[in-house]
Amino acid sequence: MPEITYREALRTALDEEILRDENVVVIGEEVAQYNGAYKVTEGLWKKHGDRRVVDTPISEAGFIGMGIGAAMLGLRPVMELMFWSFAYVAFDQIVNNAGCIRYMSGGRVHLPIVIRGPANGGTNVGATHSHTPENLLANNPGLKVVTPATAYDAKGLLKTAIRDNDPVMFMENTLLYGEKWEVPESEYLIPLGLADVKRAGEHLTLIAHGRAVLTCLKAADFLAAEHDISVEVVDLRSIRPLDEETILQSVRKTHRAVVVEENKPFCGIAAQLAAIIQEKAFDDLDAPIGRVSALDAPAIYSPPLEKRQLPDPQRVIAKVLEIC
Amino acid sequence: MYSVADQSSDVAAAINRQLTNEDKLRFLQEMYRIRRFEQTSLKYYNLGRMGGFLHLYSGQEAVAVGTVSLLGDNDHIITAYRDHGHALAVGMGMNECMAELFGKATGCSKGKGGSMHFFAPDKRYWGGHGIVGGQTPLGAGIAYALKYKQLQGCCLCYLGDGAINQGPFHESLNLAALFQLPVVYIIENNGYSMGTSQKRSSAFKSSLAERAEAYGMAWDVFGGEDIYEVRARTHVAMERARREYQPTLLEIQTYRYYGHSVADANAKKYRTPEEIEEYKSKHDPLRIWSKRLTDEGILKEGQAEEMDQKAKEEANAAVKFAEESPYPDLDDIFENVYWEIDHQTEGTRGTHFFND
Repeated sequence: MPEITYREALRTALDEEILRDENVVVIGEEVAQYNGAYKVTEGLWKKHGDRRVVDTPISEAGFIGMGIGAAMLGLRPVMELMFWSFAYVAFDQIVNNAGCIRYMSGGRVHLPIVIRGPANGGTNVGATHSHTPENLLANNPGLKVVTPATAYDAKGLLKTAIRDNDPVMFMENTLLYGEKWEVPESEYLIPLGLADVKRAGEHLTLIAHGRAVLTCLKAADFLAAEHDISVEVVDLRSIRPLDEETILQSVRKTHRAVVVEENKPFCGIAAQLAAIIQEKAFDDLDAPIGRVSALDAPAIYSPPLEKRQLPDPQRVIAKVLEIC
Repeated sequence: MYSVADQSSDVAAAINRQLTNEDKLRFLQEMYRIRRFEQTSLKYYNLGRMGGFLHLYSGQEAVAVGTVSLLGDNDHIITAYRDHGHALAVGMGMNECMAELFGKATGCSKGKGGSMHFFAPDKRYWGGHGIVGGQTPLGAGIAYALKYKQLQGCCLCYLGDGAINQGPFHESLNLAALFQLPVVYIIENNGYSMGTSQKRSSAFKSSLAERAEAYGMAWDVFGGEDIYEVRARTHVAMERARREYQPTLLEIQTYRYYGHSVADANAKKYRTPEEIEEYKSKHDPLRIWSKRLTDEGILKEGQAEEMDQKAKEEANAAVKFAEESPYPDLDDIFENVYWEIDHQTEGTRGTHFFND
């Protein structure tokens, strides 16, 4: 199976969906002639032209809202945010319009829109460009939130997201764009709401999403080699809908859970997962649920410090050893 | 930049010459429907039968009725929270609208949207939006889709004079002009953004619509009390959108008889009773249209009163319908959140709702 980058996987998904469905249009800042700020859309404008791949001004509230309006009439806009951090100036459009219109219309409207882009820290760009809003957005019923960790997942999930009839917030990671994974050339789709056990194990479950999954896999390798602890790694892939079944099944098997996220700890994804696990699998637990999150301050610029602000394998290992 | 004065007045007037007597009488009936619907909803709001806010359209009727009368098969509208007038003008029934106000399952939005969030996509009416200016990018998007699909149509996107200072509105103007979108933004200028007058809220030279100059966009300003005027000048903008894919910013001067909403505690403080009375006696769109039709020999004596009576009866019947309708069930809370859940698609996986 060929290895391609996370970036290429996303691009292939966009390319295939543009070809498949006349209503798919890619819209965002620098996505066309510039070939994408992070080169995700490289070559798509040249191949598909002005109608299907559209540059916008720096105007997130305006163009995200425009995409939502276009979705009302049946287009399937795939809106790129150069950073998910920039969603904050379009928050009303995303939360009130994409998130609530279906409900407030009593189901008379649906909005098949995807909003995608990187949502991560760790690149020394300061707090304003390092937000991880998956928890903020997943807090809004009506929105779906997806966070692929690998190229394989990125492609299969993006294609599904584009075909989905609800608004999907698709969160990528600039640190993963250049990483390679095996991705089949033939078409495949990954349903939203289906977690993936990235590594099977016996003694403890690590639950993570996005890049934190890779951190967990590294920690699992070390724990197996050095401590003889067999760790299962569950990749959520999709935050909302959430595959509770896979999470609970794993916890019932291992009896211990640590939730790892690059999100901030307060009211974050890990907090929600800890609540779900203790509500639904309390009797199966042999230890308190552990959490490893980004250190609870705005993203620091200083490069060596920012590295330590995000969960790394060492912090995950320490937390696992604490409760094993 | 280009005002309607520059356009051929024949083009503008022709759209009114096409009207039949039935059309003209229907406009009056529609305005009475809006007026009575609002009066009736106010009455039942005050009786505590509905929650939330109630932004009444009374006084502005000729704007909705006049502009909506121009809609063709590929034309769409979207508006803000003072949305009852537009809803009735596009042909929504009083029953579904009143039931929505009462929070009933038979409401146009199944009791999930309320006063500010009426929708009727089947009538190309895309809401009903509560956040000031929030609908303006959506209006651009509807126009974007029309152009993308190569349809000859346009989107009328209404907003209040208070919305013109919101960032997304300016972003929408820029996008509409830049992408040459067939959208007509219609500022229904009733003089007050809640309790703050136009002078105290907006920096402007001669008018609010003049801001379009900055975006190289056509604009026009005119009074909204006379349907002929509203139709003639809006028609020019709609044709510009449909035929040239060019947006326009219209400012239609109008007035609201009630406060910003019924909950506006200062409704009688920031405007003098004389000011309100002046508008009601000299500029009331129902009176003006009645007089016009009388002068044209179309409206017979007593006919306006009959129309009013008919509208009143329709509104009262709508109240009865709303009162007798059931509230949504508790389970209905989880319907219409996700298309996927509503349709139980084969691929549906995972938990969508997180209740205990």
